[in-house]
Amino acid sequence: MTTDLAFPPGLILVLGAVLIPFAAERQRLLLLLGLPLLTLAAVWWLPNGSLLQLGFLDYTLEPVKSTAEGRLFATVFSIMALAGGLYAHRQASTLELTAAFIYAGSAIGVTFAGDLLTLFVFWELMAFGSTVVIWSAGSVGAQRAGLRYLLVHLLGGVILMVGIVAQVAATGSLAFTVMTPDSLATALILIGFLVNAGAPPLSAWIADAYPEATPSGTVFLSAFTTKTAVFALLVGFPGAEILVPIGLYMVFYGIIYALLENDMRRILAYSIVNQVGFMVAAIGIGTPMALNGAAAHAFAHIIYKALLLMSAGSVLMMTGKRKCTDLGGLFQSMPQTAINGIVGALAISAFPFTSGFVTKSLETQAAANEGMLLVWLLLLAASAGVFLHAGIKFPWFVFFQKDSGLRPPEPPANLRYAMWSFSFLCLALGVYPAPLYAILPYPVDYQPYTVDHLVSQFQILLFAGFAFFVMLKQMRRTLTISLDFDWFYRKFLKAIGNEFTGLTSAARDEKEEQALAGVWRLVDKLYQHHGPQGMLARSWPTGSMVIWVAALLGLSLLLYYI
Amino acid sequence: METPHKQTQPDAAGKRPKHWLYRSENLPKLWMLQILVLALALVPEFFVHHHPHFEHEAFTLDASFGFYAWYGFLACAGMVALAKILGIFLKREESYYDD
Repeated sequence: MTTDLAFPPGLILVLGAVLIPFAAERQRLLLLLGLPLLTLAAVWWLPNGSLLQLGFLDYTLEPVKSTAEGRLFATVFSIMALAGGLYAHRQASTLELTAAFIYAGSAIGVTFAGDLLTLFVFWELMAFGSTVVIWSAGSVGAQRAGLRYLLVHLLGGVILMVGIVAQVAATGSLAFTVMTPDSLATALILIGFLVNAGAPPLSAWIADAYPEATPSGTVFLSAFTTKTAVFALLVGFPGAEILVPIGLYMVFYGIIYALLENDMRRILAYSIVNQVGFMVAAIGIGTPMALNGAAAHAFAHIIYKALLLMSAGSVLMMTGKRKCTDLGGLFQSMPQTAINGIVGALAISAFPFTSGFVTKSLETQAAANEGMLLVWLLLLAASAGVFLHAGIKFPWFVFFQKDSGLRPPEPPANLRYAMWSFSFLCLALGVYPAPLYAILPYPVDYQPYTVDHLVSQFQILLFAGFAFFVMLKQMRRTLTISLDFDWFYRKFLKAIGNEFTGLTSAARDEKEEQALAGVWRLVDKLYQHHGPQGMLARSWPTGSMVIWVAALLGLSLLLYYI
Repeated sequence: METPHKQTQPDAAGKRPKHWLYRSENLPKLWMLQILVLALALVPEFFVHHHPHFEHEAFTLDASFGFYAWYGFLACAGMVALAKILGIFLKREESYYDD
């Protein structure tokens, strides 16, 4: 194939999305399903390598660079857009669908970026697409959360841009390749990537913004931003040791906050941070097995997290309720939604014969192979914790626990089809992981199904479940939210802003009064001199004029004489 | 999962019969079922030899009897306790950020 035909596959969705508002309902479904399939075909049709070079100033842009990592992520992004489109097409607004497809397309654009400028352009396009997805929920809460979300991502984008400029100035090359965070430029690029991954301290935006979107909006949002960041870290910073502690922090942050949370979709949002933490830590370990693990885990995660949020979204759509304290007992009237939610919950918990089992174990095994005992023990504890905070907590509080008395019907057919298809993928990848292993960036020499592994995984999960039910009283949901780093920009900085406004307005009042007093003084003086009684306003008698003329003449005579 | 769910069974007495999962007399049975499952999960410990992951570091705890069971349980209990403690400091009213 010649390079003339090379075209960024992400643009199929970005440009195709523009057609969505003009399509009638039936054509719209065709677009929603056809565009992702076309993208998928293009992703696999392009051969390896940099297929298009464009000159830009003194630099070379490579907008179509096909790599194993990029193809893997682009594949799962396309599948996600397909199922998301099916899930959303009847209920979501045209605005949301258009924005979601631009968002998905720009995520795919990032996965084919061979240079940092292309990456940055698609990166920012993603930020705007996703913000519009949040806003299209239409509520005041969504509007505000969307604005906070946008501000965080614009900040991350500025940091990334500064890093890119500094990197180009230092190296003279725009190429997006392996970097080490040992200079200011690369450190800024790393920080820019980490903001989108939900790394500390800015982790709160995920749980703040995602649950404010519509049921389908949250499904789209869960897939692209954080996993594009995982892709960027995987390509740009494999083996950067700082990522191991950052990842571990995210893993436990997600668990603790999800345990404290009452909103079902916010529980799942915190669990995104937890899951991405596994991937970030694995990228920090940096061996081929660990990187395979991060890539495979991202692939599986997108599918089961979307499935979980589809199930939660169906509950939200049919009941209008989002808090665990209002829900419960829904398995009686929504058995299909419950089963799909449980499949997603089992997959995220890495239950044997699900996609989580065959992917996450690559990461923990990689830690063991490197002799990282503490990391391995923490990841193992976190694996139990995943079952605790998402695997049981979500299905238990939504579909079981107390009987809330709610008897909502199952969601519409398109939502059910989308859920069943992702359930199928969760189980199919778990039972038969070979196709996924075959497209990983490095050759896979790993057998997940050993008796040892099965037994230990069953034990750790079942006893984690036991801990959940033993401590159920400790986990009773309360009508609360949890403080996070966003407190700083939602309360602290706001309070400082208010304080500043208060003080400055007092100072301004004082200055205003002073200025006003000055004006009045001037007016008074003028009145005194020029007013009706003023000296300067009096009429002068003729005699005094004659005296003054005589005085002046006498003076001039005197001067003349001298 | 420890909590199997079955379809609602008709009940002669009530208008809206309580699902058997929610009847208090079934609670002990559910606990027994869970303990049975846990016991079953421990049975292979007598036959399967766990391969230690860190032989080189002289760490063989992970190959000892029931390691994954007690580690999983304690890890979760610890995280619930930690969440409980942090919750004292972090929890706020839902309207905390409202104007």
